[in-house]
Amino acid sequence: MSREISTSTATALSEDERLEQLKSKKEPWFSKLPFMSELRMSVGWQRGMLVTGLVITALFVLVAIFAPVLAPYGFAQVKTSDGQTFPTQAAPSAKHPWGTTVGGFDVLSRTIWGTRTAVIAIIVAVVLSIFVGVLLGLVSGYFGGWIDRVLVVIADALYSFPSLLLAILMAIVISGGQSSLWGGIFASGISITVVYVPQYFRTIRAEVMRIKESAYIESARVVGASTWRIMSNHLLKNSTRTLPVILTLNCSEAVSTLAGLGFLGFGIEPTAAAEWGYDLNRAVADVTAGIWWTAIFPGLAIVLIVLGITLVGESLNDLADPRLRARKSAAEVIGSIEDTSVDPNKADDVAVQIEGKPMKTDDAMDTETGVVDKPTVNGSSDEPEQYSDAQRQGDE
Amino acid sequence: MSGETVGQVDAKAPSEAKKSKKNRLSGGFFRFVLTRFLLIIPTVFILVTVVFFVMRATGDPISAAQGGRLSPDELQRRIHAAGYDRPLIVQYGDYLLKLLHGDLGTTLTDNQPVSSILIHYGAATFELAVLALVVALVVGITLGRLAAKHRDRPSDAAIRIFAILCYATPVFFLGLVLKLVFSSSMGVLPSSGRSSLESEMQFGRLISPTGFYIIDAFQLGDMRVLGDVLVHAILPAVALGLLTAGVFIRVVRTNVISTYSSGYIEAARSRGVPEKRLLSKHAWRPALIPIITVMGMQIATMLAGTVLTETTFEWKGLGFMLSQYLKARDFVAVQGIVILIAVIVAVVNFIVDVVCALIDPRVRY
Repeated sequence: MSREISTSTATALSEDERLEQLKSKKEPWFSKLPFMSELRMSVGWQRGMLVTGLVITALFVLVAIFAPVLAPYGFAQVKTSDGQTFPTQAAPSAKHPWGTTVGGFDVLSRTIWGTRTAVIAIIVAVVLSIFVGVLLGLVSGYFGGWIDRVLVVIADALYSFPSLLLAILMAIVISGGQSSLWGGIFASGISITVVYVPQYFRTIRAEVMRIKESAYIESARVVGASTWRIMSNHLLKNSTRTLPVILTLNCSEAVSTLAGLGFLGFGIEPTAAAEWGYDLNRAVADVTAGIWWTAIFPGLAIVLIVLGITLVGESLNDLADPRLRARKSAAEVIGSIEDTSVDPNKADDVAVQIEGKPMKTDDAMDTETGVVDKPTVNGSSDEPEQYSDAQRQGDE
Repeated sequence: MSGETVGQVDAKAPSEAKKSKKNRLSGGFFRFVLTRFLLIIPTVFILVTVVFFVMRATGDPISAAQGGRLSPDELQRRIHAAGYDRPLIVQYGDYLLKLLHGDLGTTLTDNQPVSSILIHYGAATFELAVLALVVALVVGITLGRLAAKHRDRPSDAAIRIFAILCYATPVFFLGLVLKLVFSSSMGVLPSSGRSSLESEMQFGRLISPTGFYIIDAFQLGDMRVLGDVLVHAILPAVALGLLTAGVFIRVVRTNVISTYSSGYIEAARSRGVPEKRLLSKHAWRPALIPIITVMGMQIATMLAGTVLTETTFEWKGLGFMLSQYLKARDFVAVQGIVILIAVIVAVVNFIVDVVCALIDPRVRY
């Protein structure tokens, strides 16, 4: 803990006013952004994991948005604008930095455009499965009865089934195998949805079952709230606690499933959109011939995007579970022993930090643990320090 | 040390111990096994139903497989002969009846009974899955425990990153990379297939081949054949195994950490039980249950993984055949393979539940 702490005057205030001040400390606007509270909670390499994951994910989203600007050629382009045909299976060169495929596509361009396909597929899959899964979970958990039993049995049966096979079945139904950009994306999206609905369903149902017995649901019912209102206002908002973790993990699985479908030839036609799984499928023969660039780049793209999303999901999971949360070491939390010991001569320039919150200290301090009993004010001679936010960040 | 404690506990409450032992062997446990076994039936039934109607939603299998190749009249005739023009519900009943007799239909592309395909190629898939499971368990348990031991230190972080990488890499991409490194560029391992041509010919001499090449190689008693088979299996098993190892590392680490920080471990430590023993006995046993559960669930994922792995390595098993039949749009064969996998998954889940109940009496309900 730093000793150069700005000393400001908080002495003339009564206890109540000081408490008031503590409470009314304004949260900066960015703390309302998603992941901010988790970022603040995390420490050490756990924070590193979360930040890395967020950065990688953001990068892919940016690439997806700016694909037309970033990619040197179109995803289905096999000729330059002046009519010159691309070479096939050409090694990386100045013209084609990542080489070309057996079909004469530019690998770099297809990898970049593939980001867009993957991101759209994730969004479609996750939005659909949340919508359907949450709705079914709410209905099933709230109403119970035979509807609940039937849904649970079906969800359990689907849940235990290998997801890729289920996705294959759905892809056959929806698109008969191949399709256009949107047809293909929706086919993959819906296939993935069918796989993940049971997960959302189970989580939401369990939460709803737990919550629906609570007093506030009963009182809502007593004052005449409609079933719909209870479900949307009371149950839905309180049962989504665990969703972010499942959501991020499912995003990464959606990418793998999409690629798996593409690899088996159930993805999107190469002329309709770029899709990494399809490119890898075509690269199998190349690999045996020692051509590495057609396989490595799309593959690495899959690994990186899944890695990024999984890092975010894992960190969220760890942070949500206190047993797994990395703890600030004792030294970081309470400072050195000299800092916390009570020296009657200079008891007034000690600041103690508990769980990241600055506390103004006075004489009422437990010397062993460094825990402040009560922030009392003892007259006018003290000049307790106030930690500014910036300093606190620095300390952590 | 711990033996002493167990003795003490037993001495203190002999009646209780006796009761629980009796419970384990009598009514409670068997009723649990029976109920759990009967639960397989609705699960399989639902999956068969879903698969049947989903596959039929696209139309009849014959037009899917033969589509443009036959004249409309010929197509109609064959659809009628196969009974695909009857009402769907009649076909469904018919299918269920045949299924009960083990008849899964005949493939459209090569006119073989589906059941014989399952038997012929099932062994290859099973062999691959077992080898991959061995890789996954060895890597997963070793690294998972190591990570738990060095919790929050750099080695823990490194292992976790490795686990996430395993999980993030699609099995077919890992397969391609392994092929590039070990077969195309270094040339030390074969890139595809289950064995070399000479070994295949050797297997042809066997009177009763099991289909499990490792067992068959032992039958032949030829060490060169065995070596050849094992060398071919390394890359596919590693590719598929690492996919699952990532999950195992995570589960082992999490569960060992959570049991490791519980009160009875602290108590054992204060009694002077060495740290090594704490980790390998006290914290390990209770952590096993979630690990076994996850292992069971991973077998489902692994079966799906065999489809991709076998396609990558041209390992002629069920997964490889599934992707071939998918390409040929032979939906009768696809349906049969998918249903078989569903049954396997249901049975594996049953076994996992029983094993968990054996380890922990609290699981029985």
